[in-house]
Amino acid sequence: MPPQMGPGPGGRHGRFAAKSKPKNTKATIKRLFGYIGKEKYKVMLGILCVLVSTGTNLAATYMIKPIINNLGADLDAGEKIINLAFGLATMACVYFTGVLASFIQARTMIRVSQNTLRRIREDLFEKLQRLGVRYYDTNAAGDIMSRFTNDVDNLGQMFDSTVLHMISGVLTLIGTIILMFITNVPLAIVTLVLAPLMAFVSGTIAKRTRKYFKQQQEQLGKVNGYIEETISGQKVVKVFNHENVAKADFEKLNNELRDLQVKANFSGGIMGPSMNALSQVSYTVTAFVGSTLTLMTRIGKIGTASFAALDIGGLTLFVNYSRQFSRPINEISNQINVVMSALAGAERVFAVMDEEPESANDTNKVKLKNVHGDVVIENVTFGYNPDKTVLKNVSMYAHPGQKIALVGSTGAGKTTITNLITRFYDIDSGKITIDGIDIKDIDRDSLRENIAVVLQDTHLFTGTVMENIRYGRLDATDDEVRQAAVTSCAHSFIKNMPDGYDTVLTGDGANLSQGQRQLLNIARAALSKAPILILDEATSSVDTKTEQSINRGMDALMENRTTFVIAHRLSTIRNSNAIMVLENGEIIERGTHEELLEQKGRYYELYTGLKELD
Amino acid sequence: MCVKKYFKYIKPYRLYFILGPLLMLTEVAGEIVLPKLVGGMIDNGANGMAGQGFIVRQALMMLGCICLMITGGISGHYFAIKASVNFSSDLRKAVFDKVQEFSFGDIDSFSAGSLITRLTNDITQIMNITRMGLIMAVRSPGMLIGGIIMAFSINKSLASVLLVMLPVLAFSIFFIMRMAMPRFARMQKGIDNLNSTTQENIANVRVIKSFVRQDREKEKFSDANGELCDATLGALKVMVCTMPVMTLCMNIATLATLWRGGNVVIAGGLEVGSLNAIIQYITQILSSLMMVSMMIINSSRAITSFKRVGEVLDTVPDLSDADAQHPEKTVTDGKVEFKNVSFRYHTSNKDNVLSDVSFVAEAGKTLGIVGVTGSGKSSLVQLIPRLYDVTSGEVLVDGVNVKDYSMKNLRDGVGMVLQKNVLFSGSITENMRWGDSEADMDKIRHAADLAQADAFVTSFTDGYETELGQGGSNVSGGQKQRLCIARALLKSPKILILDDSTSAVDTATESRIRKVFNEDLKDTTKIIIAQRISSVIEADKIIVLNDGKIAGEGTHQELLADCSEYQDIYYSQAEKEVG
Repeated sequence: MPPQMGPGPGGRHGRFAAKSKPKNTKATIKRLFGYIGKEKYKVMLGILCVLVSTGTNLAATYMIKPIINNLGADLDAGEKIINLAFGLATMACVYFTGVLASFIQARTMIRVSQNTLRRIREDLFEKLQRLGVRYYDTNAAGDIMSRFTNDVDNLGQMFDSTVLHMISGVLTLIGTIILMFITNVPLAIVTLVLAPLMAFVSGTIAKRTRKYFKQQQEQLGKVNGYIEETISGQKVVKVFNHENVAKADFEKLNNELRDLQVKANFSGGIMGPSMNALSQVSYTVTAFVGSTLTLMTRIGKIGTASFAALDIGGLTLFVNYSRQFSRPINEISNQINVVMSALAGAERVFAVMDEEPESANDTNKVKLKNVHGDVVIENVTFGYNPDKTVLKNVSMYAHPGQKIALVGSTGAGKTTITNLITRFYDIDSGKITIDGIDIKDIDRDSLRENIAVVLQDTHLFTGTVMENIRYGRLDATDDEVRQAAVTSCAHSFIKNMPDGYDTVLTGDGANLSQGQRQLLNIARAALSKAPILILDEATSSVDTKTEQSINRGMDALMENRTTFVIAHRLSTIRNSNAIMVLENGEIIERGTHEELLEQKGRYYELYTGLKELD
Repeated sequence: MCVKKYFKYIKPYRLYFILGPLLMLTEVAGEIVLPKLVGGMIDNGANGMAGQGFIVRQALMMLGCICLMITGGISGHYFAIKASVNFSSDLRKAVFDKVQEFSFGDIDSFSAGSLITRLTNDITQIMNITRMGLIMAVRSPGMLIGGIIMAFSINKSLASVLLVMLPVLAFSIFFIMRMAMPRFARMQKGIDNLNSTTQENIANVRVIKSFVRQDREKEKFSDANGELCDATLGALKVMVCTMPVMTLCMNIATLATLWRGGNVVIAGGLEVGSLNAIIQYITQILSSLMMVSMMIINSSRAITSFKRVGEVLDTVPDLSDADAQHPEKTVTDGKVEFKNVSFRYHTSNKDNVLSDVSFVAEAGKTLGIVGVTGSGKSSLVQLIPRLYDVTSGEVLVDGVNVKDYSMKNLRDGVGMVLQKNVLFSGSITENMRWGDSEADMDKIRHAADLAQADAFVTSFTDGYETELGQGGSNVSGGQKQRLCIARALLKSPKILILDDSTSAVDTATESRIRKVFNEDLKDTTKIIIAQRISSVIEADKIIVLNDGKIAGEGTHQELLADCSEYQDIYYSQAEKEVG
């Protein structure tokens, strides 16, 4: 059997997701109604069908009474049979109507729920496209994903069945109670007395269970965390002969989990039998009291006109009712959990939709045309959080076609500068201009279309190599794509792939080395005609020799383009027009390679390896 | 399916596995007896001659029944939970232990992510389905059979309605499920597709934004979303037929019974209470049939999990030291020799990663390895501690084939700092003790000092007790590499392999580390892979790899004189060596 790759059904995101309680229920419900409202005729049809099917259910049960009474009545056999036939025919009609109604209801509601879910997902995704990079930087990808999966799923569950189940549950309950009271008051009271007891028992058990489940969930998180860490570092474990230690550690965690799981599940497991037993007790009590009342009525101790009088048909009816009575209660209490987690999910989904998007794109903003690539950064100060400044009063400029290098240790602010030029983040004070226009006044899409970025963390899309490179310019011909690949030295490995340019990359290009992925990214940028180019550690995983050959291509790539380069390897930036050395958000040295070496300052230390970056 | 391999994990808890379902029989018995008791109560008590005393007696019997039910039900649940939790917990342990035995090749072929899902999601899935299964396994069929028996015992001719309805119902459920299964498969595909589209979008957000491709992404998502919506509707459309069809069958059965039963009652052949009891049994039978079909639907998902876990358990690690000729031998000198070694990761791969590589690294000397990305440097050194097996040729350590060592002894003798190195959450001391679990503070400090890590560790507020985040996220790249070297040094290996392990360390520190290696690790064979020529310039011997073959071998001076690949690499870096 070949190993199956990738996460299984359900994905990996649900693992730690606990069902939470909603906070702002009213507003959330109102918004959900807004979505459902788009299907209002279908919803109305659904509700109508629920009313019909619940009504017919109650009616059908109630009709047993005259049928049974007829059997015991003091009539001749022929009449009884006619009555029976008539009663059953009516019942058949009622049954059929009920089934039809519930069928229509189910068919209608799945449409409502699926269409609504589709709309919510669409809106959510649409919103995500408009959110700024800041949102993605401050929220874990797994968390965003789980809103798409778990939270929307929870909502779906609610739409599918819960609402209508609850309506029908409540209706059944009320209807049953009314019919019970009509049939026999004392017996109805006896049956109802047990209901609060049931609610109390189930409430108590549920509360205890929740506590245990929380503990179990926490421990499960620990175990899963250990698994994740150990297996991700499995190769190190092996190199250090550490397998037995890992096994022993895991056993301890696993045993703790086992004990908690038994406790939590057992606590929850009591619920079923207990509720079942209670409803049987109610059944017994009803049968007992009912039988006694019937007997009394029959032997004349209770007058037939008395409110306590009960005939045999009524007794049968009651016994049937009490057997059904616990069902709607259980159902409603089960659905409450579903509703709670669905509302909590809806809240998380709406929270994303309410996020502040990247500032709106006014139509009166400048659309760039024929950009020369004159970039000026003037006294820019910026912090990701208001309390921590990352860039302090940074100024620099790049004339069209110049190559500017940014050097400095991690956290010095190199990538931040590129984030600001592309307006992934907006500056706090100062100004950035392109061809003399403040980027705040430029249409954001137009701005970004004129900047090509190659990032260190390379991600590829599912699709062919050709499609991945063409991402840089959608209208590029196959030949242009190939040309871009040649420029970036990617051509040689692409043509050795099983299907060349048509090779399908899956799982983020898992079958490519980091270096090869970077080359594809460079090809993508090479294809783009953007006059400004940003290379953020674009060749960090490419070996020096390949890098040298790319550099030849890169020179072609950078010709006539204003380029900002961030590189760890200083050899790549030697021929820059200017090198900026950043430290703690400030430019501490600037100049050409030769000038900086002469200064014998920080750049010199870095270049000669006296200091380590990072 | 693959019951046999799981039986091993069931066996220790077989008592629970048997008791759980068996005790659930008490619930079945109760559910079945109660309607009969009520029927008697109505016929003989309320509508008959037996009187009040009889009614009381029947009620007491019912209460007794209920006591039995609750005791049996709760203990049944208890054992079912005990069984399923213990079973799945042992399974989790077994899978984890199995993964510990995996070779690098095995881990690669499964991928870490997939192994993690199997250990977490799949096992949880298995636990849940086992518990449900144990509880329902006997209960639902028991209710079905018990109900049928009781109905027949009351009145054979009336109960025969069931003989018609049951097959009709069973067939229609079967038919619905046959229709639904492929549709659910399509739905699952839709879900996977939507998830991966979203995931990709989130991961690529910067690329999408910088190329202004949001609209394209929206289109892509919209397609996936629409497809999922259609697929789900397709599946649910079929599934929602289940309930109405079942209800219809149940209703028809009730009507038929009432009609025939009514006639019999009128003819005087049956009491009203019994008729009512039969109707209740019919309801019970049909609803338990419904439960059984639900269980079948649910278990189809669990089967996938069982399969995925089974795949891990079934994997025979592709490396084993069972055939080792000298399992007790330890590495004593540290001489490494490659004889005509060829290697590829999968036998199905076309090209060799290494072809016909032969060289000797003398004990106590330093061997440098250089070459461009993808030339096979890392593959080569991974053969020494036998992380992979050679495809042909042999690797000898101290003149003995690595296959003839026990894996433990071999790897104890070889210290290796991997290219993609990992520190684990825990204190620095704990991480250091991976190299030597007995090491005292002095020894740890000494190793850290050799790796040039002591100075920065002591500068931390908590020193050696500093807690590292997962993967060592709170130390810089250069610091991490030095800690990893210290950890490897603590093993006091005879052979020390550094796979590009000082790339983030500055050259001054690196040269101090090199000095330490030469002076303090005289008895250790050092094999160093490096991007920077300066890292290996003083090595006793340097190997230049190119496309899996040795392109040159010798000292720096020799290679510089006559190896063009070496010259290429050297000159690509030489301009930098101005300092």
